[in-house]
Amino acid sequence: MKIKSFLLTLFLSLSLTSAWAVDPEEKLADPELEERAREISKGLRCLVCQNQSIDDSDAGLAKDLRILVRERLLAGDTNAEAQDHIVARYGDFVLLKPPVKPETYALWITPPLAVLLAVLAALRWYRNRPAKETGALSAEEQAASDEILKKLEQ
Amino acid sequence: MIAEFGHFALILALMVAIVQAIVPLYGAQKGLSALMATAKPAALLQFLLILTSFLVLMHGFVTSDFSLAVVAGNSHSAQPMIYKITGVWGNHEGSMLLWVLILALFGAMVAATGKNLPRGLFARVLSIQSMIGIGFLLFILLTSNPFERLDPAPFDGRDLNPLLQDPGLAIHPPFLYLGYVGFSMAFAFAIAALIEGRVDAAWARWVRPWTLAAWCFLTIGIALGSWWAYYELGWGGWWFWDPVENASFMPWLAGTALLHTAIVVEKRETLKNWTILLAILAFSLSLIGTFLVRSGVLTSVHAFATSPERGVFILALLALTIGGSLTLYAIRAPSMKGGGLFAPISREGALLFNNIILSAATATVFVGTLFPLAAEALNLGKFSVGAPYFDATFSKLMMPLLLAVPIGTVLGWKRGNLLGAIQRLWVAGAVAVVGMTVIWAYISDKGSLAPIGMALAIWIILGSLVEFTDRIKLFRTSFGSSFERLKGLPRSAFGMSIAHMGLGIVLAGIVSMTAWKEELVRTASPGETIAFSGYQFRFNSVNQVPGPNYGAERADFTLIKDNEEITHLLPEKRFYPVQGMTTTEAAIHTTWISDIYAVVGDKHDDGSYTVRLYYNPLAPWLWLGSGVLALGGFVSLTDRRLRVGVAQKVKRTLVAGQSA
Repeated sequence: MKIKSFLLTLFLSLSLTSAWAVDPEEKLADPELEERAREISKGLRCLVCQNQSIDDSDAGLAKDLRILVRERLLAGDTNAEAQDHIVARYGDFVLLKPPVKPETYALWITPPLAVLLAVLAALRWYRNRPAKETGALSAEEQAASDEILKKLEQ
Repeated sequence: MIAEFGHFALILALMVAIVQAIVPLYGAQKGLSALMATAKPAALLQFLLILTSFLVLMHGFVTSDFSLAVVAGNSHSAQPMIYKITGVWGNHEGSMLLWVLILALFGAMVAATGKNLPRGLFARVLSIQSMIGIGFLLFILLTSNPFERLDPAPFDGRDLNPLLQDPGLAIHPPFLYLGYVGFSMAFAFAIAALIEGRVDAAWARWVRPWTLAAWCFLTIGIALGSWWAYYELGWGGWWFWDPVENASFMPWLAGTALLHTAIVVEKRETLKNWTILLAILAFSLSLIGTFLVRSGVLTSVHAFATSPERGVFILALLALTIGGSLTLYAIRAPSMKGGGLFAPISREGALLFNNIILSAATATVFVGTLFPLAAEALNLGKFSVGAPYFDATFSKLMMPLLLAVPIGTVLGWKRGNLLGAIQRLWVAGAVAVVGMTVIWAYISDKGSLAPIGMALAIWIILGSLVEFTDRIKLFRTSFGSSFERLKGLPRSAFGMSIAHMGLGIVLAGIVSMTAWKEELVRTASPGETIAFSGYQFRFNSVNQVPGPNYGAERADFTLIKDNEEITHLLPEKRFYPVQGMTTTEAAIHTTWISDIYAVVGDKHDDGSYTVRLYYNPLAPWLWLGSGVLALGGFVSLTDRRLRVGVAQKVKRTLVAGQSA
């Protein structure tokens, strides 16, 4: 038990990721709630900014949203409920990480699909590559190319 | 009158560009050397004409000639001289002029130094480069004329956007464009190779320095932009996955892939088609980036242009260039097959792996950037794609590649020994694992990937050191013999080790800033002392300080650690009356390990101020690492094999041999 509490203290002293960003008067008295509010804020877009979260933006609308998030948390919402509340008002546009749904399948399938296609293309190339050097260069051209390389090396 | 002279020079440059695009290419196809020889004087002349035009515009800014619409809209008589000069490219018209200036500069550099190139390739490269020039010169002359006059001329200008009145952002566009536009060289070489139907090791060696130079400049350009965001936007953010940032990041990713695959072509004469395709893609992504930023498709601080005709023009240009080059590729590429021997576990196999991951990563950034636009166009709804999406996809994708970096560098060509490679790296691996365990146990918080990220950073930094000391057999042979090996090492080997180390340093900065940044935001009145992150901040005063074209409120904090005064932090809030805009100037105290970052905000009724303090661990490593990364590229560029001048002595034999 002692070791556990020691580690916990150490942990707390080292990971002082503070619970106070935003404007001083916005922050909630309860540090735990404030931490959750910030967590939610990082995923919400400031609607009038370019890809900034409301946590990072000093725009007026971002401030309103930050306050709204905190109000919902004070009212007893879970993180998901608070976020849903905002999404119900502003639509998916407000989420910096779009939800997985038919409209966004293309977005979410891209990274794994891109890897898969790249690997398949490489495999196909590997299997079909010519067994030995083919005549892209004639013997004469090859000699000329080699000579250039040799001179460049000097 | 002088402005009209600049306009005239630009029209003449277009004429020259048209000649340069047609005559040398025709000459190369018909084997007429007199026509091919026009490429060089045309490229030099085109550059001089555009330079004249650019200098004329600069003259307009420097002398505050407000009869020019661009000057009136983006400058002010009270502005400091440096921002009058950088104001030239702090607007749409001027920045496009800078774009073509740099394009012509690259063309002129090839013209001046490319004597050792085969004449046909030389003529075709310059001709293709000029075709791009025609497109952009037309764009400027038809839709974005920087020499448009105002009548009557206003009494004074409307000032440069205050956010752009900053040394970091002042030099950010030229570097970014040197990178963007530099990829046009790789593109021109690729198209010329497609026309000739031939790619060989010598071709790869000619393309590499241009690609490398472009990549170095782009690295610096991106780092400068990120650095600017860090200190200017007032809360220490340095990367937002903003579409404008992505626009510069995509060519960087593709260019990085191209640099690596060009080595395979040079050493092993294989992956040729892929290298050509990458060269086309890297420049296409540069064009797409230009389109995204310049068309006004996005709205952010970078996207100053908002008229649709410009967007349509660039889009047409984009379709023509990318569509045309990919069509040519589809027709000609199958005829160019590479060599046959290829073992998956080898240096070339590792470089192929690099390309697979970087391609997938580029595709991810591409789709993530364009998805909101596409979804809106297709009526799928409005979506935002921001940092959380890229954290979930891009960052995970890169991990296997980062893990593979040191291994790839110690694998041999043709047939590598994976187990042997890992054994050689055991020290780096052991330290990384120990580091990860310590961080996981003591520092990191719940479920974050920070320990793994940090371990990867240690692995890459130490891995590059191990690879380097291994190469010169340090400690395994006499010191003198190690030194001899060091002297004999090609510069490109130095470059690789340095660049990979830079990558590790940047990675450490990214991980640390993502996981362990600390912040404190509160109100404070002068006279108070704030304790934060092991420091004391004594808030002394707030004073009014006049600036040349702004008024500032400057706060004065004494930074104290262990009862010792370290420095004064002087954050400012500036008000620019002409545009009615307020900017923050953060005060940063750096130890090169971490930054203390202070910002002063609004004044409250009770005389207190909002104060924001940040502790940014390893933040300086982001810029330091970027610098090391670019340095690696530059060192590699000095490799004698890549130096253009060295080869000139042997030009006659080359020309005789190649134009046959």
